[in-house]
Amino acid sequence: MTRKQRRLTLIAAAGGVLALAVGLVLYSLSDSIVFFNSPSDVVARHVAPGTRIRLGGLVAAGSVQRGGYLTVRFTVTDGNATLPVTYTGILPDLFREGQGVVAEGALGPDGVFKADTVLAKHDERYMPKEVADALKKQGHWKDDYDKPAAPTAAGGLARGGS
Amino acid sequence: MIAEVGHFALVLALSLALMQAVVPLVGARRGDATLMGVADVTALVQFGFVALSFAALAACYVASDFSVLGVYENSHSTMPLIYKFTSVWGNHEGSMLLWVLILGLFGALVAAFARNVPPTLKATVLAVQAWIAAAFDLFILTTSNPFQRLWPAPFEGRDLNPVLQDMGLAVHPPMLYLGYVGFSIAFSFAVAALIEGRIDAAWARFVRPWVLAAWMCLTLGIAMGSYWAYYELGWGGWWFWDPVENASLMPWLAGTALLHSAVVMEKREALKVWTILLAIVAFSFSLIGTFLVRSGVLTSIHAFATDPARGVFILCILVLFIGGALALYAWRAPMLRQGGLFAPVSREGALVLNNLFLTAACATVFTGTLYPLALEALTGAKISVGPPFFNATFGPLFLPLLIAVPFGPLLAWKRADLAGVAQRLTGAFVVALLGIAATLAIEGRPALPALGVGLALFVMAGAATDIAERTMLLRAPFVTVMRRARGLPRSVWGTAFAHFGLGLTLLGIIGETQWGTERIVAMRPQQTVSLRRYDFTFDGVAPRTGPNYRDLVAHFTVHRNGETIGVMEPAKRTFPSRGTTTTEAALMTRGLSQLYLSLGDPGADGSLAVRIYHKPMVLLIWLGAVVMVIGGGLSLSDRRLRVGAPRPARARAAAQPAE
Repeated sequence: MTRKQRRLTLIAAAGGVLALAVGLVLYSLSDSIVFFNSPSDVVARHVAPGTRIRLGGLVAAGSVQRGGYLTVRFTVTDGNATLPVTYTGILPDLFREGQGVVAEGALGPDGVFKADTVLAKHDERYMPKEVADALKKQGHWKDDYDKPAAPTAAGGLARGGS
Repeated sequence: MIAEVGHFALVLALSLALMQAVVPLVGARRGDATLMGVADVTALVQFGFVALSFAALAACYVASDFSVLGVYENSHSTMPLIYKFTSVWGNHEGSMLLWVLILGLFGALVAAFARNVPPTLKATVLAVQAWIAAAFDLFILTTSNPFQRLWPAPFEGRDLNPVLQDMGLAVHPPMLYLGYVGFSIAFSFAVAALIEGRIDAAWARFVRPWVLAAWMCLTLGIAMGSYWAYYELGWGGWWFWDPVENASLMPWLAGTALLHSAVVMEKREALKVWTILLAIVAFSFSLIGTFLVRSGVLTSIHAFATDPARGVFILCILVLFIGGALALYAWRAPMLRQGGLFAPVSREGALVLNNLFLTAACATVFTGTLYPLALEALTGAKISVGPPFFNATFGPLFLPLLIAVPFGPLLAWKRADLAGVAQRLTGAFVVALLGIAATLAIEGRPALPALGVGLALFVMAGAATDIAERTMLLRAPFVTVMRRARGLPRSVWGTAFAHFGLGLTLLGIIGETQWGTERIVAMRPQQTVSLRRYDFTFDGVAPRTGPNYRDLVAHFTVHRNGETIGVMEPAKRTFPSRGTTTTEAALMTRGLSQLYLSLGDPGADGSLAVRIYHKPMVLLIWLGAVVMVIGGGLSLSDRRLRVGAPRPARARAAAQPAE
């Protein structure tokens, strides 16, 4: 093999692997990403039932109802719109009424959001960034949600999977 | 007073770093040995001052001096001593000081132990190292001062985040940082080589031990973090494709590629330009990781309180160092001489393939991690890229790599005979086929997990084949085999161990993901639930008091085939100081598998929500990582690295190449 052929083999191999990687990334990005929506977004964007989304907002005060066998119903609000959510499983430790929450799942045909994963803050001091941004957008952000003087709130998410 | 001493020591460390950043470089240009010698002294003294600063901060934490803001926010007088100490780095400011401490440590180690590195190269390396140190010292002093005072001093602290009150915090961040920051040495060597415009096989030999050490620490740090998340977060997952986990995986992938390409450079003087680039890229990913975690642009478990000024500062450091190094690379790399030639089917070829797949996998992780940020910045749409993306991209790229792993070490340098190697791997193929057949017989369909088991066994048997071939196992008398085994270079054993460990981890991942079972049930006292032939009886709950928390412990008795095999006590732990509750999972190890219990909320009817997992072979995931690290250690103790002199490999090593 000449030097040129060797170099061509190398370039072909690199190009092949690169093409494979790009192909996989493009295919997966079109298929497996999930959009974040606040309850207002869900109304405004007419999110179709069955589309997988992340729903974020505050757990409305007084809305948590524990049903039979690990089923929990609660309402997520961003101040302007609300959306009922059902979830079966174990909620994360920091899930509380009046606190930020991110639920992943899809809207059912009855307009109830069926969550299969519920994420709450990982640290009691801060709020999930997406939730904080959504509340600010809706004009319902209060400074006391974020007591330490940190202009952008970011708290980790604890998970509850089902 | 102690806090001020610490603060002042850090200022002194910064000024020393600035001196070290300039003087040795001038010395290296002029060939002035005195000026170059300054680097060694400043590197050692600078480390001394950073260590003093760190010790002062630790003293504040241990003494619960709440007049220091960081101590007030992250500590509590009733915390056990060990957590008082580890909470030094359980917050942004302290963890950055730990980062700088480790950077100083590596600089001091180079100054003290890199004796046979040519003086100009060493001086330049230490100068580059000092640029990094100066940038981060300045970052701490201007935006994240850990010694910030609070007046009047409160009587009690706000306690450490309960999730962090664990032994994991004592081990995981320091190990991870040793890995991240360890790659800075490779980076400094690469930049120094570009500045000098000269690079040879000896360069690879100087760099390799540092890369190996950093890689070992990073591997252990990632594995430790994964195990910590697994038992602490209470929902049984060990890898979440969380952005911050990805931030540690990217330097690991780039570092693993660097480890392999440095072998080619050292043995064959090929891939020089590529190796330099990888050295820059590996540390760049460490910096990007630091930026992602510390700037708060990503929502993650690891994001502490954030401040935009910090994000901007780290972004500037990032642009300066990565951009600067890559610009220098673009300018100087074409001047470096190209090295040896090789056929596509050869050891070099296999290592190139390894590098291609590792860097491609790294690029997909990078894309998945940063795509949401880029999209939000460009269109405002908020998305999350979760495990499905990474499983669909990372998996297919790792598959061919894993198939190729057993072939690599058996291929000859320069030009190899693929058919011959395949023939020598017959035994490994047979083991893999037996594994597939056995898995199908026991677990039945689908066939995909069985093929995965086959692949893992192929990787492990392939690693064993390499050793068997080299020692002439089963072909020569036992005495000869033992003699040959002793005579093998340690790096050969290192390769075999590391590859074997990779197979173990793969086997653990397949076992846990394919055959792990899970039940979520609401249980009343005296009720029994079965999972995979284990019966769990819920006996009841009892309160228990710890040093700074209260536990509500649930008592379970575990039976198998009617026989009691033990008790498990998961708990809900409440920390009154913060009013928070965490879930403490209970684990029972059965061979390589584990039973895992964690508690949810009490139901309206007096029942208790319980999550029960059976996780087959799960321990192999971390055991494999430990075996990989042992491999790294063996390779690190190889004679040629210990002696490390820049001279050609010995005749014996040439006749039977190591690695």
